[in-house]
Amino acid sequence: MKRFIPVIVVGVVALLAFAVGVVLYRVYRQKEIAQTEEQQEQAKRGTLHARGPVKAPVTLEEFGDFQCPPCGALSDPLNKIIDDYKGKVRLVFRQHPLTLPHPFAMPAALAAEAAGLQGKFWEMHDLLYKTQAVWSKASDVAPLFGNYAKMIGLNSDQFERDRASEAVRKRIAADQKRGDELGVSLTPTVFVNGKSVAGPAHNPQGIRDAINAALAAIPATKN
Amino acid sequence: MPRALVIVYSIVAVLALIGLADALYLTVLHLTGQSAACGDGAECSQVLSSSYSHFGPLPVAGLGLLGYFTVFSLATFAAFGWVKPRRFLPIMVGLMFLGTLWFLYVQAFILHQYCRFCLGSAAITFLLAALVVATSPGSARTRA
Repeated sequence: MKRFIPVIVVGVVALLAFAVGVVLYRVYRQKEIAQTEEQQEQAKRGTLHARGPVKAPVTLEEFGDFQCPPCGALSDPLNKIIDDYKGKVRLVFRQHPLTLPHPFAMPAALAAEAAGLQGKFWEMHDLLYKTQAVWSKASDVAPLFGNYAKMIGLNSDQFERDRASEAVRKRIAADQKRGDELGVSLTPTVFVNGKSVAGPAHNPQGIRDAINAALAAIPATKN
Repeated sequence: MPRALVIVYSIVAVLALIGLADALYLTVLHLTGQSAACGDGAECSQVLSSSYSHFGPLPVAGLGLLGYFTVFSLATFAAFGWVKPRRFLPIMVGLMFLGTLWFLYVQAFILHQYCRFCLGSAAITFLLAALVVATSPGSARTRA
């Protein structure tokens, strides 16, 4: 009987490993499907804010707050990165307004989303960052954002309706939920192909280095 | 068989089980494309999605999984006094040791990125190699 003990032990371990593997596979597969469906749904609704080609080998996912000065400082360098790596890098912007330190972060996020519903998210995004120093010190940002909407050619009535709507709040909440799931606590936080660029590397050069590493890690045929 | 040898084979089996769990996790991450989940702030995702992470359709982690399972099986049989597995164990661990050296080289000199789970697996393989050397026919412990 003792001779068969190792056979039983090995058999039990093989079965356990297989079972754990199947369970883990199902959990992660479900997660992957949920993420893909969410992105497809957002793309379908036009609410996934992305610059650069869909099939770019590197995706930068930025969690930003329009009233946060470092986010504003990073905006132009990120745009330059998209231009410099033309076709190779895609930038996805996620709303992560930190409402406690930045009282106007949420109104700014709502304005950007409302502009997005008229197909001008990035125009409003760039304008909000460029004028951050102005509206951040204002006592009431609503009239300023209304003017920005006119400047970029939005339908003012629709813009006002949209920025007060539940739909744009839900869109922002969805981005915040994703940020929370990824452990985002500060802005800006940038992920390069799913990897957080954190610590001292969190600057334009650090992001470029992370992009270069990501491109180097991709098989030559995909580059 | 000396009691010390049974203990060493048992330790080898336990280490191989840890390696098996590590390789199983990495294989699942590779197959589901969720390599980013392998460590926030770590460089796992880039190592696991690199062109060195698979041989054709086979993920390297999957080969590791097979390797660790084989080592676990051989060590378990050896601990229960089977003779043939004791002969195959050094060959299997030797192959895994060489593979580990290659993947450490790839991480250090080609990718310039490290994956903590891969490094953990490398540490386990080094320990396995040391233990297998200790149980080899010429070692002092075996002669005792």
